[in-house]
Order: sequence, then structure tokens, then C-alpha cells
Amino acid sequence: MLWVDKYRPKTLDQVMVHQVIAQNLKKLVTEQDCPHLLFYGPPGSGKKTLIMALLRQMFGPGAEKVKVENKTWKVDAGSRTLDIELTTLSSTNHVELNPSDAGFQDRYIVQEIIKEIAKNRPIDTKGKKGFKVLVLNEVDKLSREAQHSLRRTMEKYSSYCRLILCCNSSSKVTEAIRSRCLNVQINAPTEEEIAKVLEFIGNKEGLQLPSGFAARIAEKSNRSLRRAILSFETCRVQQYPFTSKQVIPPMDWEEYVAEIASDIMKEQSPKRLFQVRGKLYELLVNCIPPEIILKRLLYELLKKLDVELKHEVCHWAAYYEHRMRLGQKAIFHIEAFVAKFMSIYKSFLVATFG
Amino acid sequence: MAPVLQSSQQWVEKYRPKQVKDVAHQEEVVRVLTNTLETSNCPHMLFYGPPGTGKTTTALAIAHQLFGPELYKSRVLELNASDDRGINVVRTKIKDFAAVAVGSGQRQGGYPCPPFKIIILDEADSMTEDAQNALRRTMETYSKVTRFFFICNYISRIIEPLASRCAKFRFKPLSEEIMSSRILHICKEERLNLDAEALSTLSSISQGDLRRAITYLQSAARLFGSSISSKDLISVSGVIPQEIVKAFLVTCKSGNFDVANKEVNDIIAEGYPVSQMLYQLLELVVEADDVSDEQKARICKKLAEADKCLVDGADEYLQLLDVASNTMRALCNMPQEFSYEC
Ligand SMILES: Nc1ncnc2c1ncn2[C@@H]1O[C@H](COP(=O)(O)OP(=O)(O)OP(=O)(O)O)[C@@H](O)[C@H]1O
Ligand SMILES: Nc1ncnc2c1ncn2[C@@H]1O[C@H](COP(=O)(O)OP(=O)(O)OP(=O)(O)O)[C@@H](O)[C@H]1O
Ligand SMILES: [Mg+2]
Ligand SMILES: [Mg+2]
Repeated sequence: MLWVDKYRPKTLDQVMVHQVIAQNLKKLVTEQDCPHLLFYGPPGSGKKTLIMALLRQMFGPGAEKVKVENKTWKVDAGSRTLDIELTTLSSTNHVELNPSDAGFQDRYIVQEIIKEIAKNRPIDTKGKKGFKVLVLNEVDKLSREAQHSLRRTMEKYSSYCRLILCCNSSSKVTEAIRSRCLNVQINAPTEEEIAKVLEFIGNKEGLQLPSGFAARIAEKSNRSLRRAILSFETCRVQQYPFTSKQVIPPMDWEEYVAEIASDIMKEQSPKRLFQVRGKLYELLVNCIPPEIILKRLLYELLKKLDVELKHEVCHWAAYYEHRMRLGQKAIFHIEAFVAKFMSIYKSFLVATFG
Repeated sequence: MAPVLQSSQQWVEKYRPKQVKDVAHQEEVVRVLTNTLETSNCPHMLFYGPPGTGKTTTALAIAHQLFGPELYKSRVLELNASDDRGINVVRTKIKDFAAVAVGSGQRQGGYPCPPFKIIILDEADSMTEDAQNALRRTMETYSKVTRFFFICNYISRIIEPLASRCAKFRFKPLSEEIMSSRILHICKEERLNLDAEALSTLSSISQGDLRRAITYLQSAARLFGSSISSKDLISVSGVIPQEIVKAFLVTCKSGNFDVANKEVNDIIAEGYPVSQMLYQLLELVVEADDVSDEQKARICKKLAEADKCLVDGADEYLQLLDVASNTMRALCNMPQEFSYEC
């Protein structure tokens, strides 16, 4: 088992960060009438961990006995019948799913499947809770239509079905849904907190950590606890005993983006643009999300640019990322950004150095 | 004795008025519907207005009061955005229900039971135009035996031919006084202690949305016990602490791009919703004494653009960074145009 899973705290009392939130959640479920919850915060900050611990608090260890089901639902969409495939994780008392997996059909998931589960799934009568829980992941990726469809479901079946929604960016969740939930903001752990978790894991694994080693990993983790634990384990595999000079391996794709950044700062030409296209494709086929590529590229460029250009370049990054959302093929927009950058940078060079 | 099962109802549902007369702050519609209860007559209706102002509540209440529990199922069809309401459903399910004849209006079990059915189309603004168009005929053909209640947040998304067939009622955001009195009522029932400051905070952060106020109140009660302070309420509401918004503006004034970038990164890492940040920034900028009108205009224009981009699903970090950069350039009187763009 990977350390990220092995050392995921199981109960609300065991968490090593977000302790205050965990204690609050505990109070929340002592009463029967707990509201719907919306957990939001950056990737790897610990949302999932809290949600699982919360379910355990509600339903006892049974909540961990989940079964994975891959089911094809037949949905009647007026003139034709759609087959929608969906993976669900469920225990006796809860069901977890990722409705945005259905892409543009996500509305049907909400209209048919979620409503069905909310309405019909039998309540475990032996259980102490009068309701079941539906966990929906990545609600920020749901279409507007799907989000609208959720509103009344949240009210109508609320006396016996609680929703726990989870997402990264709460700005993308409509006001109507946010106002129906208790919003639980999960901040990314600080570097100190991350270092503490790493030291704890090191200790459990019986490892010797040179002083400042955990802190160095934490610093490079971009405040993502998951990432820190993963790279800690990679370090362990690459070289043990640890040395105080040991490099913390960066992610492959990040190095690749750094290369692209220096490529386009060295030469601004159609030929270079073409070369870079190959690299961008490479990243995309490896499933690095396009907005992550664009943000990383911006990060690399900002490190090297004159202050005057920083404003301009960050504007265009925001501009093209927005266009990318509205469009269909990400590559066009990333490439447009690269081209824009080249043109700006070139005229800057000409103006400055002649 | 069997243990008493604690109610697992959420407060928003528990305190949803069951009778039209208990709907607060929407006098006009209450008056018309009270009249309906006496005369057993009513037009098609269109309720519109912001979230949490009582639209669904009112529609459900009148339907229940007209027909009572016995007849409700056969006389009322409630469809909302969680139901498929595409053109096919309009042509089949809705039409079929609308077409059913009903007996003459006889009072039954103390309920008026007028001789028509009600079709409630909640969240109607999410219906496609095609589906709405398909409704026109049904409405006309069966208007003798069926009344339609449309409910929506945005009246502009209801096609004119439908809207013009209805009596329209705008549901106003609840005033702070009304809000306070409803909240106090709940506090009394639930035995909560809310000081004056907390009460006014709750009324103001809810911005006229009573559902929001009730959800915050319940959340705070569950988290912090029966004595609730203004701080507790802010912490469950997702409002960003004012110091953070102020610090952001100060950094923009300083003109240091890298510091601003760092701050944007921190705001994202803390998990603050950027749409909320934009809103609070707007309030702060508009009221600032040391910012010229021209600067304000430049800043606000960008805030509006960024908000729109967020609605389209754009990345929160990039949008906030763009806002920071633009605000900085405005406050430091750097030219609005970029120099190297061609
Ligand atoms: N409170 C905690 N105490 C100790 N370790 C934690 C805690 N929360 C999370 N972790 C560790 O961090 C890892 C990542 O956390 P988690 O999966 O909960 O993140 P997440 O917020 O759901 O991320 P994402 O948004 O990317 O899905 C976990 O596998 C666990 O090992
Ligand atoms: N005018 C009101 N009088 C009394 N209670 C209200 C009023 N408006 C809202 N509420 C309270 O808020 C809750 C939500 O109200 P309701 O469902 O009617 O909102 P809505 O206007 O339909 O909102 P949405 O547009 O989000 O569907 C109700 O359960 C009730 O507790
Ligand atoms: Mg997760
Ligand atoms: Mg409603």
C-alpha cells in the first residue's frame, strides 16, 4: 500500500491537521438534523480524509466496508434511451459517486440516478441514523444544468438523505447549491504541518531523517499533503539512508514544462512554436490537465521575466485559459498563449536591445 | 417506553411555512392567494426572484391548502429541474396530466378543492425554450381545468408568450427586520442565544436569502453550541475575513508583482472562494477614499470581467492574479494599455 493510503487517518480523533474542523464535525453529527455539507479546498489538502472519517463517525466501522460497483444505467431521455456507465462506491449507509464522469450527460445522472438513490435506497433500520448519505465528488465540474437539477433534490429528500459534496473550487458551485449547505473550507496544510506529518510517517516506518529533510520536502510540495507524502516515499525508494543533500525529485512533467519555458524564451519563431507543439501534445496525452500545464508554464516564465512583462503575460495566461474553457480543444489555446508570449517577448527584446 | 426518535429534519424544512399567510414579506402574492382560498379561483402564476425568498414555499402551501392531503396527489403535479422536462415530457406527461377532467368544485374535508388541477413548474428557468414553446398550446387548451405555476430566479429566461399569460409576482429579498424576526422565532423554538451583534451579522451576510440565514444558524448551533456569536456565524458563512481583503489591496498599492503573486497563491491555498473575494474587493474599492474615480473604474471593470470568467469555469488562480495585476497597475497609475502587444 502506498504511504498516502497507509497513513490516512481513519477517525476524526486521529487527524494530524485540521483538528479543529474534525472536532467540529464530530459535534455536528451528534445531532440527527445535520445539514448538507460542502467541502472545498485545494487538491491534496485532506478533504477526502475528513469525509471518510466523518462517515465512520456517523455509521461506525461499517462505513469502511465499501463495495465498488460498475453499473450501466439505462436512462430514458425522451426519444431515446441512454446507457450511462458509472462507478459507485457504497456501504450499507452511504453511496459515493462522481457524477461529472458522465461528461455532458451529467444532468441525467443527477435527474435520474441520484434522485433514485436519494428516494429509494433502503435505510439500514438497525443503524442509529435516520438517514443515508450520498457523497458527490468534483461537484465543481458539474454543468450548470446538472447543478440546477440538484437543488430541489436537496430539499425534497433531505429528511432521509444527506448530501456531502466535495470540490476544489467553490466559485464554480452555484450560489443556490452553496446556500443549501454548510460550507466547510479546507485549507491546504502549512509547510510546518506537512513536515510534522512526514516526520510522523518516517517515525512509524523506522526511518532516520536528517534535520531539515522533512521541511525541504514540504517546501517543494506546493502545500499539497498528498504530493509531499508521495515524494517522501519516492525519496525513500531512490536512496536510503537519506542524506542531507539528497535532491527531492521534481515531477517529470514539471521539468518538461520548465524546458518548454526556456525553449520559448530562447527563440521566438514559427519553427520553435512547432517544436513546442510536440511537447505540449506529449503532456496532454499523459493526462496532465491543460490548465495545470498553462499555470505551470506561467510559473516558469514569471521566474525569468522583467517585471514590466509579468503583468502582460499573466493577463494573457488568464485570457487564454478562459478561452480554453469555452472551447473544445485545449491544445489550440495553450498554443495561442505560447504564440502570444513569443510575440510579446520578441517585441520587448527588440525595444530593449534593438 | 420506546425511545423518541429525534427529528432528522433540517431546519430549513422544519421552518418552512405550511400556510400562505405565514409567508413573510411578500404581501402582494399573499393577498392574492388568500383571496383565491375564498373564491376558489386563480390565474396562471409566475413567481420570480432571488433564492430563499419563499417562492417554492408559497406554491406548495397554496396547493396543500386548496386540496388537502387526500386530493393533493391527484390534483397537483410538481416538476422541478431534477425532473426531465424536455420537450417530450411536455408533450406527454404534462399534457396528459393537464387534460384530465376534474369534478365540479365541491368542498371536501374542509378544503376548497376548486375544479382545476395545478401544475407547478419549479426552477422553470432551466427549461429549454423549445420545451417552453411546447407548453403554450397545452396552457391554452386546458386552461379551464389546469392552472400553471411557474417559478424561477430569472424572469428573462421565461419566454414572453408564457410570461404574458401569467399573473407575475416578484419575490423580494427579505428585509433585515423581517429576517431578524424569523431568526428570533427559530432561536426561541430551538432555545438558542443570539446577541444583537450576531443577529445583525446574520441578517446582513445572508443578503435577503432566508434559507441561507437558517442554514448558517443551524450550522453554527451544531458547531458552537447554543450561544452563538457574530464570529461563529462568519466562520460558517464562507465570508472572507476583512483583514485579508484589505491586505490584498495594500499589496496592490505597493506595486510589487511578486509579493502580490505570493498573496494570490496563499489565498488559493487557504481555499477562499475567489468569487467571494471579488465581491468583497468590490465593496472595499468602491468605498475607498484614497482611490480616484478613474482608478475605481479601471479596477471595477476588471472585477466584472473576472467574475464572468469564473462563471464560465475559468481558473480561480489565474483570474485572481489578473485582477491583482490590473488593480496594481491602476493604483500605481501605470498605463492601461500594454506596451508590447501587437
Ligand atoms: N488530517 C490529516 N492528517 C494526516 N494526514 C492527512 C490528513 N488529511 C490528509 N492526509 C494525508 O494526505 C493525503 C491526501 O489527502 P486527501 O486525499 O484527503 O486530499 P483531498 O483534499 O481529497 O485531495 P483532492 O482534492 O486532490 O482529491 C491522504 O492520503 C492522507 O495520507
Ligand atoms: N418569505 C418567507 N417567509 C418565511 N420563510 C421563508 C421565506 N422565504 C424563505 N423562507 C425559508 O427559506 C426556506 C427556503 O425557501 P424557498 O424554498 O421557498 O425558497 P425559493 O424562493 O424557492 O428559493 P430558490 O429560488 O432557491 O428555489 C424555506 O424553507 C423557509 O424556511
Ligand atoms: Mg480527494
Ligand atoms: Mg425553490
